[in-house]
Amino acid sequence: MSVGSVPAGYEVKDPGYPTPEENYLTNSRGLLTWVFTLDHKRIGVMYLVGVSLAFLIAGLLALGIRLHLFAPDGWLFNNEFFKWLAPDKAPNDIYNQVFTLHGAIMVFLFIIPSIPAALGNFLVPVMLGAKDVAFPRLNLSSFFLWVAGAVFFVMALLASGLDTGWTFYTPYSTTTDTSVILATSGAFILGFSSIFTGLNFIVTINTMRPPGMTWFRMPLFLWATYSTSIIQVLATPVLGITLLLLIAERTMHIGIFDPEYNGDPVTYQHFFWFYSHPAVYIMILPAFGVISELISVHSHKRIFGYRFIAYSSIAIALLGFLVWGHHMFTAGMGSMTTIIFSALTFTVSVPSAIKVFNWLATMYKGAITMTTPMCYAIAFIFLFTIGGLTGLHLGTLATDMHLHDTYFVVAHFHYVMVGGTLVAFLGAVFHWWPKMFGRMYNELGGQISAVIVFLGFNLTFLPQFVLGSRGMPRRYATYDPEFAGLHAMSTWGALLLGIGLLVALVVLLVSLVKGKKAPANPWGAATLEWACTSPPPFYNFERPPVVGDPYEFGDIQWDAASERYVKIEPKRETVPSEKPAESPAHAGE
Amino acid sequence: MATTDAGHSATADHSADSHGHDHDHPSYLAHHFDTPEQQFDSGKLGMWIFLVTEVLFFSGMFCAYAIYRSWRPDVFEGCSQFLNTKLGAINTGVLLFSSFTMAWAVRASQLEQHKKTAALIASTLCCAMIFLGVKAIEYSHKWTMGLLPAGLFTYDPSNPHPVGGPNYLAYICAPFAVATVGIFIWLVVSFLRGAKFQFECAKPILVVFLCFFVGVGLGTILESGGSESHGTEHAAHVEGGEHDSHAEGEHAGEGEHAAESHEQEAATEETAEAAPTEAIAGLVAPGTMVSSDNELDVIKRLAADTTNTGLQGELAARQAQNDMANGAITYHVYDDVSATVAAAEENVMRKSRAGVFFSIYYCMTGVHAIHILAGIGVLIWLLVRALRQDFNKNYFGPVDYVGLYWHLVDLIWIYLFPLMYLIR
Ligand code: HEM
Ligand SMILES: [Cu+2]
Repeated sequence: MSVGSVPAGYEVKDPGYPTPEENYLTNSRGLLTWVFTLDHKRIGVMYLVGVSLAFLIAGLLALGIRLHLFAPDGWLFNNEFFKWLAPDKAPNDIYNQVFTLHGAIMVFLFIIPSIPAALGNFLVPVMLGAKDVAFPRLNLSSFFLWVAGAVFFVMALLASGLDTGWTFYTPYSTTTDTSVILATSGAFILGFSSIFTGLNFIVTINTMRPPGMTWFRMPLFLWATYSTSIIQVLATPVLGITLLLLIAERTMHIGIFDPEYNGDPVTYQHFFWFYSHPAVYIMILPAFGVISELISVHSHKRIFGYRFIAYSSIAIALLGFLVWGHHMFTAGMGSMTTIIFSALTFTVSVPSAIKVFNWLATMYKGAITMTTPMCYAIAFIFLFTIGGLTGLHLGTLATDMHLHDTYFVVAHFHYVMVGGTLVAFLGAVFHWWPKMFGRMYNELGGQISAVIVFLGFNLTFLPQFVLGSRGMPRRYATYDPEFAGLHAMSTWGALLLGIGLLVALVVLLVSLVKGKKAPANPWGAATLEWACTSPPPFYNFERPPVVGDPYEFGDIQWDAASERYVKIEPKRETVPSEKPAESPAHAGE
Repeated sequence: MATTDAGHSATADHSADSHGHDHDHPSYLAHHFDTPEQQFDSGKLGMWIFLVTEVLFFSGMFCAYAIYRSWRPDVFEGCSQFLNTKLGAINTGVLLFSSFTMAWAVRASQLEQHKKTAALIASTLCCAMIFLGVKAIEYSHKWTMGLLPAGLFTYDPSNPHPVGGPNYLAYICAPFAVATVGIFIWLVVSFLRGAKFQFECAKPILVVFLCFFVGVGLGTILESGGSESHGTEHAAHVEGGEHDSHAEGEHAGEGEHAAESHEQEAATEETAEAAPTEAIAGLVAPGTMVSSDNELDVIKRLAADTTNTGLQGELAARQAQNDMANGAITYHVYDDVSATVAAAEENVMRKSRAGVFFSIYYCMTGVHAIHILAGIGVLIWLLVRALRQDFNKNYFGPVDYVGLYWHLVDLIWIYLFPLMYLIR
């Protein structure tokens, strides 16, 4: 597909209207026009910057963790520098606080808003063919709530840290003297940010679809976003009330979670995981959506099993609410309960597997171009499969007794969250970067970053499966010397992974300055966001777009002459009854 | 957007089209919607989803309620006697009536009866304020008596009304008093300056805030009437002169009753105490947990290395197990266990049992009261818009959405009232 020209008997479909002079980035200027913007695309870009900063901070903390675990007795935080920085804290305390903040920031500030809020905000209305989300002001306020939540986390970090782990388990969280209240307030606020985004997307997808955009003409990314939003709306309030009760527990000793006042800590765990298991699907479902788009577009082939993928997203969203107990197999729930939760856990892996098979079937005999997004997408399939399958080891009662709270769990969730969500996020950023900023990046650089990320990631986390199954518990600052080799390997891997991410960042930033101007449709995709110019104009579409099949690549052709993808149609002698102005494809630049 | 018919905008006034697109947008229609219908449907769906999140938010607390009530039915029943059914019932009635005025306001706004809309919204607000006033009486009274969340619980049945504590009622009323005075000043100033619209707004809002004090008065009067059940049933137990005069009603006999329920509590505690002991006894029944000698020997040998602290513990445990299994120290161990359990009950758990009920009571009614406050804020905004005659038959969405929210807040109270006040 990459080389070709318009076949005989066909002609390029005339887009019918001129390229607008201004786009959403240039139509108004100045910082304030960004801060008070109601444009979903600008809000998406602000989220993108925000979550990237959060990722940077949490990533540096992660490097801190790995560098400390470089040696059995600890390494980094034993350094004199930390004695000077925090004289009243032992290295182990610092370690506890660093891994807690790493986890909390990654989960609440980065992964949960990453694809839905940053990319979702940019893409949902454009893919749908709408002018904006249903509630633009609510959208902006959810971004500011995100900022407020981030401020609370920073305050917690600066005040006295946090050492409960990202799960805030009672009774420790009611007794530790670190800033639990600041951090939980932050998470509470972030919860509302997440609820508002989810609510906005559900309403947008329900009521803002233009004529012709039926449910089953929606790109799969929208199905994924829709399912994610359902979870955000149904699960997050429970986290909200749980954190509120935890704050009340700390301030007033309400005795609901604190055994000292006749409360029950296991109830806390139930409440927490009732949110947080569905939350892992908030993290992964949008990634599934991204991968469905990436695989299909870069294989230039219709997605295999569209309806299966769409329905499996909804199935995951609903089944995900029934399995939270698998985080508590060892907490003393009663054997019948654990058996039921274990059985339900297996059911939830079925829809995930359906998707993986569908992606593979899509690639089969496709015209695959190994672009950067495709490299990331393939890495995703590989890594997510490992992550998902090891989830089954953990969902099995007998093996979980051994593996619970070991590095095996750590490896499992990093395979799904980093190998899955982060890799998909990177793939998505590379895929939609030309649309967002109107620039092409250096393909080779992008591909190199994907390879380094893939290798670095595996070097970091494969050894952790081994460590865990040999009995290395998670959340420890020191360990037996027998684990030293695998831990050192993991640390080197983390450094390599860091380099890979740095390369990706450099490639993207350089493109803003030096990149070629991006055409409207650089990948030959059929979804609507590629029908408007790159970057899109303020109102997304100059004319209401004509909604077609999102995965029909037959009439999209590489035009060697103009070096871009064009939409073609059979040559006709007479003027066709259909007005040419309705064509969705704009000419590029 | 050009695709949809512009028929709906025909009735509406046309504003200057800021973004230069080629069709008419009435001023109330946001730029990204095509028709008023689309805007209304979006808002309504959004509101319903928001209400779902609210229900889930409360559901966490309803779960906590269910869990703790099923664990401690006696505590819930006993403590519920401290709540004044009369005040709760009045508040239920007030909220129900406010839902009625709210629903009517929606209808009035659709019919473009602007005056009526404003009046009905103001009535809804008045009811909300009366509710809060009554709540202030309920809360302040319990606080004085020390009926507080578990950690702060200081209630003493022999001295239910400690004298000389802070005047909580004054603290609660202060912000409302300040606001009322502020609004009065606003009313006077706007009258003097001839700012007609502001004056029109300040008038109903002042009435609304005064209603808070109506609620406080109502609560004070009704409170002395008492909550019927322990007023009558246990009247026989009241020892005259023990209570100060203002409190006859609500806690007539409550000292007694509380004492009674504490007794009940103590009784159940005894059975609860027995149960774990038995369970533990079952666990260490002879023969079930004997380590084979072989194993024990191995552990002993390894534990000879004193740096291996983990194994020291293991060894001690194994030996204790064996001793128990052989019957050597059985009774001693049993005594130990029950003593530990008893000590735990005595020192740690007992004092807080009633507190947990009040924790849940304050969490649920408190969060509900916060929702009432938020509702008051939104309703005042709505009142101002109604006075400005913003709503018409094509655009009454905000009244409708706030109405939905208000009904939910009402509905939640309708669940809270029996669950908290009417347990028998
Ligand atoms: C494919 C289906 C999956 C199954 C069957 C599964 C199963 C499990 C089980 C049983 C545990 C508990 C292990 C333990 O603590 O002993 C666990 C932990 C975890 N999983 Fe999964 N999982 C799956 C997918 C995912 C996904 C997609 C994500 C996130 C994107 C995820 C994130 C996590 C996290 C964060 C934890 C650890 C939480 C903690 O204790 O801090 N899992 N998983
Ligand atoms: Cu889970």
